Amino acid sequence: MELNAAFLHPQDNVATALVDIAEGETVQTAGARVVAAEPIPFGHKIALTRIAAGQQVTKYGESIGLAACDVLSGGLVHVHNLASQRGRGDCVTQEDGL
Amino acid sequence: MKDTFLGFRRSDGRVGIRNHVAILSVMDNCNGIVRHLAQLVRGTLPLPVWYGRGQFGPDDELFRRTQVGIASNPNVAAVLVVSLEAVSAQRMAEAVAASGKPVASISVQDEGGTVASIARGMRLLAPMVEEASGQRPLEVSLSELVLGVECGGTDTTSGIASNPALGWAADRVVDAGGVVYLSETSEWMGAESVLARRARAPEVADAIYAAVRRIEDDARARGVDIRGANPVPDNIRGGISSIEEKSLGAIIKGGSRAIEDVLAYGQRATGKGLYLMDTAAPAAESMTGLAAGGAQMIVFTTGQMNIMGCPIAPTLKITGNPRTAKRLADNVDVDVSTMLAGEALERAGARLLTRMLDTASGRLTRAEVFGDEEIAISRLQPTV
Repeated sequence: MELNAAFLHPQDNVATALVDIAEGETVQTAGARVVAAEPIPFGHKIALTRIAAGQQVTKYGESIGLAACDVLSGGLVHVHNLASQRGRGDCVTQEDGL
Repeated sequence: MKDTFLGFRRSDGRVGIRNHVAILSVMDNCNGIVRHLAQLVRGTLPLPVWYGRGQFGPDDELFRRTQVGIASNPNVAAVLVVSLEAVSAQRMAEAVAASGKPVASISVQDEGGTVASIARGMRLLAPMVEEASGQRPLEVSLSELVLGVECGGTDTTSGIASNPALGWAADRVVDAGGVVYLSETSEWMGAESVLARRARAPEVADAIYAAVRRIEDDARARGVDIRGANPVPDNIRGGISSIEEKSLGAIIKGGSRAIEDVLAYGQRATGKGLYLMDTAAPAAESMTGLAAGGAQMIVFTTGQMNIMGCPIAPTLKITGNPRTAKRLADNVDVDVSTMLAGEALERAGARLLTRMLDTASGRLTRAEVFGDEEIAISRLQPTV
């Protein structure tokens, strides 16, 4: 099956859609496969597994933020449910050991 | 794989890939004259500027240093300095003359106003342009290249395709003995530990963390979430969800080699290899810093399309987004969106490097063709 999402690092829990993906469609990456729980637009991220609120979202093998709420396996991950931990002058954030 | 290009050897030993006769505005009140002269005399490059009067301290030092840096860039053959009054005109002319280039200057007050300054400017520029047009480029090695890497209009294809392709080419430049500049400090935030691991020395790692901390402290001092300012709305629309995600994709464009040092805005590297430069993220400001540091060419990855180029350093636009490559084809120089369909990194990178050498040797970029080029010099404090 053709790859329709990019999986960049073995530790990643998200992949990035390379085409528009419909709800219910199989998302096939080089390292993982999941069924889309909702439409995933081209260039947007899909959770490869359930991600609990407060859990790290990993892309490129590094943290890109924390889940702001529970994310379903195959769910869209974006600004509505991903909390950046950097440059947050609007709140007190956890230090990340710099 | 070809590893040479045609360039103009300057008296300070550096090689230029364009042969501009620059008309440098020392302060914004001379922009009109500078623009008129550029219209009247063929082959000239106007460098108008905002501000430039009533600045003092570190803000003034950075401003002047950057003006001197862009006028001294090896892509410039000769310079006409235009200022309102004689002291600033003289000071700028002397500083630029240290590069070894032919430099002349005009003080509008001493010349007798706009009309007289334009007449005098034309008489000063004509022999400069004629002389520059008689110069011929020579074949030089890739080791003479100072490559600026830039990104803008980032989306998730940037980290998947265009930045890896550019990083591949950047590695080739460093391996050949050239220089690469990676800037846009806020786009190291979230990826600074990845960069620090490659620092040549502990002080360099410290400098990376310190530069990012300064940005974060500023966001906190202002009480603002940086998201919206960086990433910007088009990044977010293109799938970027956080500055961490943006940065982790962005740093890939600098390649994988060791980081020699962290330079100040507009500072020139003293050695070879990969350097970070501490700059703002928006393209005009960032690229002005790269050009002031001596970058002859900038390769600029974009997902959603940012059309900005640098007038001093020809700017190649490369995209990994197939929709952008098609819909905004007018502004695209290199399309690597085929990587999403499986084109190998080495193949896309080699295509890009071939185009880079071609551009160095004279092939124009779309930003040059359309004139989508601006200078913007960073400010540290308000004017008095």
